[in-house]
Amino acid sequence: MQRKLISFLGRRRNWTIPYVLFLVFFVLVPMSLIVFYAFTNAEGSFTFANIQKFWIHPEAMNTFLYSVVVALITTLLCILIGYPAAYILSKMESRNAKLLVILFILPMWINFLIRTLATVALFDFFKIPLGEGALIFGMVYNFLPFMIYPIYNILQKTDQNLIEAAQDLGANPRQVFLKTVFPLSIPGITSGVIMVFMPVISTFAIAELLTINNIKLFGTTLQENIYNGTWNYGAALSLVMLLLIGITALLNGEGSSRAAEEGNLI
Amino acid sequence: MIKRILSTSYLGILLIMLYAPILIIIIFSFTEAKVLGNWTGFSLKLYSSIFQGGIHHSLTSALWNTLIIGLIAAAASTVLGTMAAIGIYNLTPKSQKAIQMVNTIPILNPDIITAISLFLLFVSLGISQGYTTVILAHITFCTPYVVLSVLPRLRRMNPNLYEAALDLGATPFLAVRRILLPELKPGMISGFILAFTLSIDDFVVTLFTIGNEGLETLSTYIYADARRGGLTPELRPLSAIIFISVLVLLLVINQRAAKKKL
Repeated sequence: MQRKLISFLGRRRNWTIPYVLFLVFFVLVPMSLIVFYAFTNAEGSFTFANIQKFWIHPEAMNTFLYSVVVALITTLLCILIGYPAAYILSKMESRNAKLLVILFILPMWINFLIRTLATVALFDFFKIPLGEGALIFGMVYNFLPFMIYPIYNILQKTDQNLIEAAQDLGANPRQVFLKTVFPLSIPGITSGVIMVFMPVISTFAIAELLTINNIKLFGTTLQENIYNGTWNYGAALSLVMLLLIGITALLNGEGSSRAAEEGNLI
Repeated sequence: MIKRILSTSYLGILLIMLYAPILIIIIFSFTEAKVLGNWTGFSLKLYSSIFQGGIHHSLTSALWNTLIIGLIAAAASTVLGTMAAIGIYNLTPKSQKAIQMVNTIPILNPDIITAISLFLLFVSLGISQGYTTVILAHITFCTPYVVLSVLPRLRRMNPNLYEAALDLGATPFLAVRRILLPELKPGMISGFILAFTLSIDDFVVTLFTIGNEGLETLSTYIYADARRGGLTPELRPLSAIIFISVLVLLLVINQRAAKKKL
């Protein structure tokens, strides 16, 4: 018996078993529960009412669409501001670049609620009114490091021979960038988009703090429903988000798991 | 030359913007004013009152809870994730792919989805929420990152080393301890640090799994504070201390890594 156990543990592939069980219980089952709750009513019988409510209910739908727009603008701004920064970092001497990259990531070590409250204080200090502008600024400020890091990572690994080959073949600096460097860095941008777009839609608390409770994003709608006990409707709204994630992940294909790996910030 | 000045100043401006709010926190940690942004003269009172305890008992206990949950969750995910990585590496490519796909779900999911799904799990099973559920939830979103930081080290390793140890008469356990673990250590350490960071910084998943027995972590404490309309003044020096210690730590690590290379 004991020998059997030892030889069972000795086979290294069996070492996955605890984690597989854990994943089933804490990832797959909970995800199925979202689907289950989304299609049942409070009594537990099957219904489409929750999904229908989302389509008909203008408030939830509007918040959702508004959040998507805010997330798109934030993502775009993060790319526009972050790409040049990542590019400059990748061209620097590696020791200095590493130090600067650390400096870019470091603010994330301060609790994001405190950072957001400090941003509010900053706006007050310069007499900038809180509202939509402040919201976008706060979002870009919070998520910019997540865009810079993966792009920098990819740019820095770009094969220099390809760039030299492009130059040897007569490309001017602009062409080298547009035809060689930029296309090669697209996976980095994809990783960044994954790490910015969805989280912005689902943030809650940040939006309220930056707009004095005037604007709420989809994350807040989700949270309110769970807190008010309307779990089934909350689950249906979560399902909408899950579908959006599924679509993004499918569009990226292999990219998403790579994004996850590149998302590793240390 | 001009290009260089331009690019350096671009990075400079970005960094100044990123650090402006943090600077504000640090500056205003040296004054007693209740509201962030009011300057009522230089004072170290807030710093001394964090260490006195007693008065701000709830803040201190929130800080302890955050650290304890972070350490337990990080340690557990490091063990679970490392074992999983070793196992995954020895599976057939097809099962490897399947497990890795499930492994990326918690990473790709926005935290609120993870939070709601776990909340539904705990309420459906009638488990009362508290310390244990928070830790389990944190292990759920931390372990995937540990797996992802250990797996690359396994892939880079010479697979024959382990077999050689077995051929030379080592038991599988000895071989794992003497051959595998030393090679995996850097991946495990960075996985642990990442897990700890994610755990102490988490807010949404904690809020949904913490229950209502009065348990608080730093982030739920700050959230409750912010909703009441203000920030406990002691949070300013606390954030300043955390920030400066992390800054120093990272700079030291960076210096050491640079020296090693030379």
